[in-house]
Amino acid sequence: MSTMTALTDRTATAGEPPVDVADAVPRRHPWRWVSAAVVLVLAAQLAHLLVTNPRFQWRVVLRYFNAESVVRGMGTTLLLTVIAMAVGIVLGVLLAVGRLSRNPLIRSLSGLYVWFFRGTPALVQLIFWYNLSQLVTRLSLGIPFGPSFISADTNTLITPMLAAILGLGLNEAAYMAEIIRGGLLSVEQGQVEAAQALGMTRLRTLRRIVLPQAMRFIVPPTGSQVINMVKATSLVSVIAMADMLYTVQAIYNRTFQTIPLLIVACIWYLIITSILYVGQSFIERRYSRGATRQAPRSFLDFLKIRRTPPPVVDRTEHTA
Amino acid sequence: MTEQKQPLLRARGVRKHFGNLQVLNGIDLDVYPSEVVVLLGPSGSGKSTFLRCVNHLEELDGGSITVDGELVGYTRRGGRVHELSDRAIAVQRRSIGMVFQQFNLFPHLTVLRNITESPIGVLGEPRARAVEHARELLARVGLADKADAYPRQLSGGQQQRVAIARALAMRPKLMLFDEPTSALDPELVGEVLATMRGLAADGLTMIVVTHEIGFAREAADRVVFMEGGVIVEQGTAREVLETPRNPRTRAFLSRFLDD
Repeated sequence: MSTMTALTDRTATAGEPPVDVADAVPRRHPWRWVSAAVVLVLAAQLAHLLVTNPRFQWRVVLRYFNAESVVRGMGTTLLLTVIAMAVGIVLGVLLAVGRLSRNPLIRSLSGLYVWFFRGTPALVQLIFWYNLSQLVTRLSLGIPFGPSFISADTNTLITPMLAAILGLGLNEAAYMAEIIRGGLLSVEQGQVEAAQALGMTRLRTLRRIVLPQAMRFIVPPTGSQVINMVKATSLVSVIAMADMLYTVQAIYNRTFQTIPLLIVACIWYLIITSILYVGQSFIERRYSRGATRQAPRSFLDFLKIRRTPPPVVDRTEHTA
Repeated sequence: MTEQKQPLLRARGVRKHFGNLQVLNGIDLDVYPSEVVVLLGPSGSGKSTFLRCVNHLEELDGGSITVDGELVGYTRRGGRVHELSDRAIAVQRRSIGMVFQQFNLFPHLTVLRNITESPIGVLGEPRARAVEHARELLARVGLADKADAYPRQLSGGQQQRVAIARALAMRPKLMLFDEPTSALDPELVGEVLATMRGLAADGLTMIVVTHEIGFAREAADRVVFMEGGVIVEQGTAREVLETPRNPRTRAFLSRFLDD
């Protein structure tokens, strides 16, 4: 108490003007400059290696980068990613809802599915579907233990593409189910009660109230899953599907230019994943509405606000 | 006071337990149209649980609750009582409004969409009419200018008033208030209570669980004191608050009068 008064007194008697930290000298960061220098040297070394090491064979990289077969391989990779992810998300939503269901049969079947498909490697599942004909030679649709309406030879039905979709999609569904379930559980119980008190059915509550709020927690890990899937599709090269990896392997098995062709593949994978990364941040912005006290902005508003200066707060109102 | 009318809510022998704890131990209560009933009692006395039983957010273990002649959550068919489907229960809840302690507004929807979501989606009202009704209700709770705000941009008192407007948008026969001011800062309690007093004056049938003795005194037609899962005493606000007969009611009220 006495020291406090002494301090205030001293500043007061010194007759100095009141302190305004707006004019303060900013803190210096010498270590940032040092670490920047170190990184710069390392980057220069890497660039030097990339340019001067002839074994990178940049000319080969350039030649094959947009070769027709490579681009077609990339197309297959993308198509497979989209289909497998679609299967994974749709089935994942059903499984997540199933695991939270009040029906004990649905709950345990969903749990069993997740346990099995998450517990075995995707590569094994892929090869398994590809070789399904060794287990059942004919697949048919009809009355159980009775006559069948349509029937087909398993080998003709399960093409490499279908085996790939089943292998990757069904595996993905197990992971998506857990991501979506986590998202649904993160929404407060009070939201469900409020919706029910307003006469909404369980399905409507899920669709209009719970799922939109859960999306904020579902989107970021799903973004990772999509990027993972782009790369996981390279597994299908083992069942002779001409995806990106299979295509460059076919080329370097012939020309022995292994490293440059793997670089071609890496560059393509990086381009795709970068585009996905940007897309994800847009979706995240969409689902963050109402999540903070700040007024939400669309991308268009964001641009507009950048151009107009911030409004000047009118202080006369308070003093008057 | 309204002996000649049929009760809007009729509860008979309502029982409910959570695990080993018997929360409601035979509640009998009638609430008549346009009546405002305040449930008082120490925490854990079962007031909120009873309120949640009225719109079947909690299932009863025994007894029955009837709202406007209709059994809540069950139906009589062929001389037996059958549990209703989720869909049928959802239909029953349309005419029972509820206001929660934690407001429970939908944070991803604007104030206006919070109010119109159910009239449009559940009752199938045309959008234009639902929006018009929502704006009227917002004006009534004094928040006409907040239609496009998101709930998190509002103060607690404002959020609770939006929650009241949201419940009213379904044109309920009966409104349940579950400690509507308990989560509010003291200076925001008044605005919510004023809104509720307005509704009471307009003749809305209300059951209110609260600790606001002042509200009970001014707005309640009847005060019901609960403890240990049973109704200990009930009567007009004056009878129960000024001259409580039961020693437990007296003990409970003395805590408020000391302040």
